[in-house]
Amino acid sequence: MTSAASTEIGTAAARQQAARAELDEHVRRMVRWHFDPQTGCPFWLQFAERLGWDPRDRVHTYADLDLLPPFQDEWLRGGPVRRWVPRALSDKPVYVFETGGTTGVPKSRINIEDFRIDYSEFSNSLAESGFPHGSDWLMLGPSGPRRLRLAVEHLCQFRGGICFMVDLDPRWVIKLIKAGRISEAEDYKRHVIDQALTLLRAHPGIKCLFTTPKLLEALANQVSLRRLGITGIFCGGTEMTPQFNRFAREELLENHSIAFVPTYGNTLMGLAVSKPFDPADNWSITYYPPSPRAMIEIVDPDAPQRVVDYGQWGRVRLTTLTREFFMPRFLERDEAIRRPPCPEHPWDGVGDVRPFRKMAAGSVEGVY
Amino acid sequence: MTSSTPHIPILRKGAPYRSVDVLTLCHHATGEPVATISQANGGLVARDMDSMNAAALNRFSVADLLAACRRAADLFMTADLPLGDGRQSFDDYVVQLSATTGLPHVLCRSNARKIHTVLTSMAGVLAGLSRGLDLSVLDQGHGRQHDIQLCFVRTTEVLGAVLPSNSPGVHSLWLPALPLKTPVALKPGREEPWTPYRLIQSFIAGGLPREAFGFYPGDHAAASELLRRCGRSLLFGDSSTTSPWRSDPRVELHGPGYSKVLLGNDQADRWRQHLDIIVDSILANGGRSCVNASAVWTPRHGLDLARALAERLAAVQPRPADDPQAQIAAFANPAMAERISDAIDAALAAGGAEDLTAAIRGSGRMVRGPRCAWLLPTVIWCPDRDHPLARREYLFPFAAVTECPAAEMADAIGPTLAVTALTADPQFVGDLMASPDVDRLNVGPLPTWQVSWDQPHEGNLLEHLYRRRSFRAEPVP
Repeated sequence: MTSAASTEIGTAAARQQAARAELDEHVRRMVRWHFDPQTGCPFWLQFAERLGWDPRDRVHTYADLDLLPPFQDEWLRGGPVRRWVPRALSDKPVYVFETGGTTGVPKSRINIEDFRIDYSEFSNSLAESGFPHGSDWLMLGPSGPRRLRLAVEHLCQFRGGICFMVDLDPRWVIKLIKAGRISEAEDYKRHVIDQALTLLRAHPGIKCLFTTPKLLEALANQVSLRRLGITGIFCGGTEMTPQFNRFAREELLENHSIAFVPTYGNTLMGLAVSKPFDPADNWSITYYPPSPRAMIEIVDPDAPQRVVDYGQWGRVRLTTLTREFFMPRFLERDEAIRRPPCPEHPWDGVGDVRPFRKMAAGSVEGVY
Repeated sequence: MTSSTPHIPILRKGAPYRSVDVLTLCHHATGEPVATISQANGGLVARDMDSMNAAALNRFSVADLLAACRRAADLFMTADLPLGDGRQSFDDYVVQLSATTGLPHVLCRSNARKIHTVLTSMAGVLAGLSRGLDLSVLDQGHGRQHDIQLCFVRTTEVLGAVLPSNSPGVHSLWLPALPLKTPVALKPGREEPWTPYRLIQSFIAGGLPREAFGFYPGDHAAASELLRRCGRSLLFGDSSTTSPWRSDPRVELHGPGYSKVLLGNDQADRWRQHLDIIVDSILANGGRSCVNASAVWTPRHGLDLARALAERLAAVQPRPADDPQAQIAAFANPAMAERISDAIDAALAAGGAEDLTAAIRGSGRMVRGPRCAWLLPTVIWCPDRDHPLARREYLFPFAAVTECPAAEMADAIGPTLAVTALTADPQFVGDLMASPDVDRLNVGPLPTWQVSWDQPHEGNLLEHLYRRRSFRAEPVP
């Protein structure tokens, strides 16, 4: 090994250690905040009473979050939603956002500033060439109760633009597909795409687009987005396979002529950025969570306390650590490959995220 | 995986495309990789279907295309044709097809001959589908027959087909689209990319432009896009696959056959002399076709007939795929065979039906190999025609025998793709003729699988691809 190589490894290890130390410090701050009767929310304060011990006394590192029982999906389904509002923030205007709603009562999460903070931070990862400041955006994706609607608008405004919107109700599409009403689902998609095309043709200032993989396909199969002046596309919402990534960049985006930024995220976590395109990755997409505000780990589905080895598939486990929302060790309905840290993100990444196969049977995903 | 393992690409207007998403197909008995196959994402299919059109074949006359079918027929049976980066001989094709489907070589070859026959006799097939129309009318757009003005307009630029893996013979059903000037976009069954790929290569080698062919191995998303985007398509599959498309007139459904042998009152006492035909209807092609009989209905002597069938069919044994005596196919996925066998046992456990073959064999119907499994022919005696097993179809030689008065049969049998009616009773034949449940009717000593390709099969492909248009022309003075 050359001395330059060993220095690089040493630097990478130091970066990872520093990031871990920052994460541990952040965990201590968040645990103090959420379990302090002056600042925490009713849910966690009551939870601590039932626990019989004070998390502030024992949770000092990210690893110590294992001492808490895993966060349960059901806790977020149904009210009262106020129990999630931290006391220290109770005088602020509160938003409530919902997850997909593909099964039963949707999970709700309260938001005050988080979506703005997450998307302002995300903005730093967008290159000026694809997403120029001052350009307008079109938000063509799930709207209604989803945080994406406001988040993308904020991102656009944060970059000095004005955001156009097209409504989309994915729950209706899922209902149509489950009922075998394929042509109605197609009609609805056409209706959405028609509105988008009208806006894109009427407003040449729109240069940036948020959309989902399916809608991107539908849009780019009808028009040249490059000729319509689109320079950057921020894409997310559903699974993106390596083959889709290649197809999108080579064909939909006309041989890499439009910047393409895949993201993985949801209402509960925020959003994870993708590693910049590198031909060496063979089109596989790796996402990195916004540490220390949120972390993603890939765990053994049958023993979720065990993180799998690098390169192995496992179930996605989320941890969210903000002043507004504390969600330790939540098992998501996705699976992915555990990927090693990179220089820009000195913590674990996740590759080729897709619906968790053991749960996917019977659920409809990737329709909007 | 060895470097000689062929890779089967996607064909986009005939041009090979290697996907990032690649599936490995393994040998049913050894587990060795046989091929890798590119998987198409849904968006890619959608994009191609939006730009694929009939221009590729429109410049040929029907007569030219029929000649191309004859050339393709011979090339299919004899030529070394492109397969990925290499070539594939006919013998390679047989071995590879057998390897991934479990179908014995002897049945792979007989299915290939069936395809060859359809291609060489395509003019007769089209004559049957068009009731003798001079198809040059499709070249000119209009013409006359029996002094009647005819004009046809195409309903689609391309025929999509979501194909099964059960038996290569089904590929005969989309082939007439090509001489009918319609390009094809095919999504092969998971284990059976071999036949459609080789047919496409045969046509290209036989002079058709490669732009007339799309080949899209893939998952459910690829299949759905194909069905959504093509103006007309064929969909093969079980009821869970086909039911979402049931109300879409653009999609012709090819679901389970529930084919049956029916004995009339006049032949019920003479059942012994029909045994060969009935055994053949159940067992031919390893029982894997929708035109294999899965039920035998008779007015009387049902139990005797069932016992005699069981005696004959219980003698069938699993053999290696390359054994010329092999009669049944292996299941590459033993779990699938187990599920089928368990479903039959569960229905038997509820009472009212008996597996007669099990008693004769003295062993279970499932035979496990080191990696694969076989299901041995099974004859069920169902005294009650409403027993669930009287109306089942499985991917192996399986038949339920039941009794029903001949006068009630036509109303009672339910949807049936192929009926062999062993009778000379005009009343019984008349009842079956009138039944909307019967798709194909063989009257007399013909096995259910003996189908004429010049007859419609769950639809008439000419009528699927073209509709008549009113037309009149007068010379401009």
